[in-house]
Amino acid sequence: MYRIPEQNLDRLFSLTAEKSKLYIPADTAAGTAQFMPWKEGLKLTDAHNTVRSAKDFFFPQTENLVGFRVEGKSIEVIDVREETEDFVVFGVRACDVRSFSILDKVFLADPVDTYYKNRREHGTILSLACNMPEETCFCGTFGIDCAAPGGDVQMWQTDGWFYLEPLTEKGNAYIDTVSSLLEECGGEAAAECRRAIDAVKKKLPLAGLTTEGFGGDKMAELFDSEKWGELAEACLGCGTCTFVCPTCQCYDIRDFNTGHGISRFRCWDSCMYSDFTKMSAGQPRLTQLERFRQRFMHKLVYFPANNDGEFGCVGCGRCLSKCPISMNIVKVMKNLTEGDQ
Amino acid sequence: MNNETLIPQIVTVADVRIDTPDVKTFRVLTPDGKKPFLHKPGQCAMLSVPGVGEAMFSITSSPTNTEYMEFSIKKCGCLTNWLHALEVGQQLTIRGPYGNGFPVDTELKGKDLLFIAGGIGLAPLRSVINYCRHYRDRYGSIDIVYGSRSKDDLVDYQEIISEWCGTEGVNVHLTIDREQEGWDGHVGFVPNYVKELNPDVSKTVLMCGPPIMIKFTLAGLKELGFKETQVYTTMELRMKCGVGKCGRCNIGNKYVCKDGPVFRFDQLDELPDEY
Repeated sequence: MYRIPEQNLDRLFSLTAEKSKLYIPADTAAGTAQFMPWKEGLKLTDAHNTVRSAKDFFFPQTENLVGFRVEGKSIEVIDVREETEDFVVFGVRACDVRSFSILDKVFLADPVDTYYKNRREHGTILSLACNMPEETCFCGTFGIDCAAPGGDVQMWQTDGWFYLEPLTEKGNAYIDTVSSLLEECGGEAAAECRRAIDAVKKKLPLAGLTTEGFGGDKMAELFDSEKWGELAEACLGCGTCTFVCPTCQCYDIRDFNTGHGISRFRCWDSCMYSDFTKMSAGQPRLTQLERFRQRFMHKLVYFPANNDGEFGCVGCGRCLSKCPISMNIVKVMKNLTEGDQ
Repeated sequence: MNNETLIPQIVTVADVRIDTPDVKTFRVLTPDGKKPFLHKPGQCAMLSVPGVGEAMFSITSSPTNTEYMEFSIKKCGCLTNWLHALEVGQQLTIRGPYGNGFPVDTELKGKDLLFIAGGIGLAPLRSVINYCRHYRDRYGSIDIVYGSRSKDDLVDYQEIISEWCGTEGVNVHLTIDREQEGWDGHVGFVPNYVKELNPDVSKTVLMCGPPIMIKFTLAGLKELGFKETQVYTTMELRMKCGVGKCGRCNIGNKYVCKDGPVFRFDQLDELPDEY
């Protein structure tokens, strides 16, 4: 275990940024928190979590995949891939850290998505324990411990100090690069911080939410539930839940004529959109009910069916605070299993 | 060129065959004149015209054809309209092969096969039919029931008449929806024709066509005593990546691009009815 006083955080950021790119959660002009590239003077936010998840670091909202030069009947493929630089992300919460391992199960499965893999290999994650989880937090439902957030280095902030515990080789390498600012210490303070967080966790409003009634073996039962109509009724199909979700990874691939050639890019997409599955031969999900059901069935049934029971949700609570009609996965889970007990 | 599945290679259209008023068959070769890659019958590939679009098409030619690859494509959307307007020599991009294909070397081996196709639904089956004709001794009898709106809408008509009909142990049963001058064959819809033919229930069925044809043909086959475990079909859903990651072709815990497109009906039964 290592520690650094809070007042030296700027020096830690500065030294980290000398070696690689550094991102920290900071306040935006809109008054919300966002991961931003660190520069002199940028301060760590007081907000609990960022509005956008940390998935951008490995699966950005848009990225160029390949280019084409078209001349007459001929086409030339242009490789536009760039070397990924090493980067460090400071202050990732336990929910987002878990989301990376969920995204890994999609993008690192055969055939490996090399765009994702390159970023994953170059990124070092410094996680931060949640001293004050929010009312919308329910990571515990999915077995995530916000008092021991994981990543390459896990950190606790308590009594004017940041405590750092490296967990991986990348984590050890990071500690080496900033060791001149750190002092070695025992694990008591961090352990005390964990106990304090554990006490808070129990009092969270969603602490009692369980995954009972969900999982890969509930396919037919939940799909055929009569409750989907009512649950989906007010859904605007705006896709906000999918964009703020750290585990939503559906994407689109499109071409853009830059004027100097064709750029083929990929961007986030949403199963909540009507044209997601629409083709000239027909539309398998005709109404918002089917699209709404797909999103929750995927997280609560289909994904666990393919991934040893692991759910496709990390309980970050972003969809709870951002849905314009206040529908969310917690209400869906409670409603679908209501009356089961 | 690389190991990234989303980056395609270039092919040149070497020949365009007009099959029907809205179906053309495109023969493609790499720029140095070779078949772009190996595949199994029933597998698909992503074809694209940069700046227009990219879509999944079943590979119509048989894997036993070592010289080139063919795609029979119906004109029905933005990309396919563009493809129908192109001239020989045009380059396209291709990536693949994708999907599981028909189990020609396992479950289908030694079986009497009944192919049932409607309209452009023959395209994915043509690959299997020609594969089975090539390795004729590996399979039992081969029956092909193929129907279309009219005689002019029968895809691969020349090949059916000149090659398939002449292969020993292969019986071709053609039908069109309505009476037509110059047609003395069967008239009627595919589901009814299959029932009239009353195929032996020992046969293994490979079926592809419009959803309405599949629905009624499957019901008819069940009436005749066929079980869902004997009937295979190949599915079509919107796809972008082709490798089970973009999420579009997800049905239940399956991805049609990777776990399909070929499914047995008992396998489809376990999935939500959303296709």
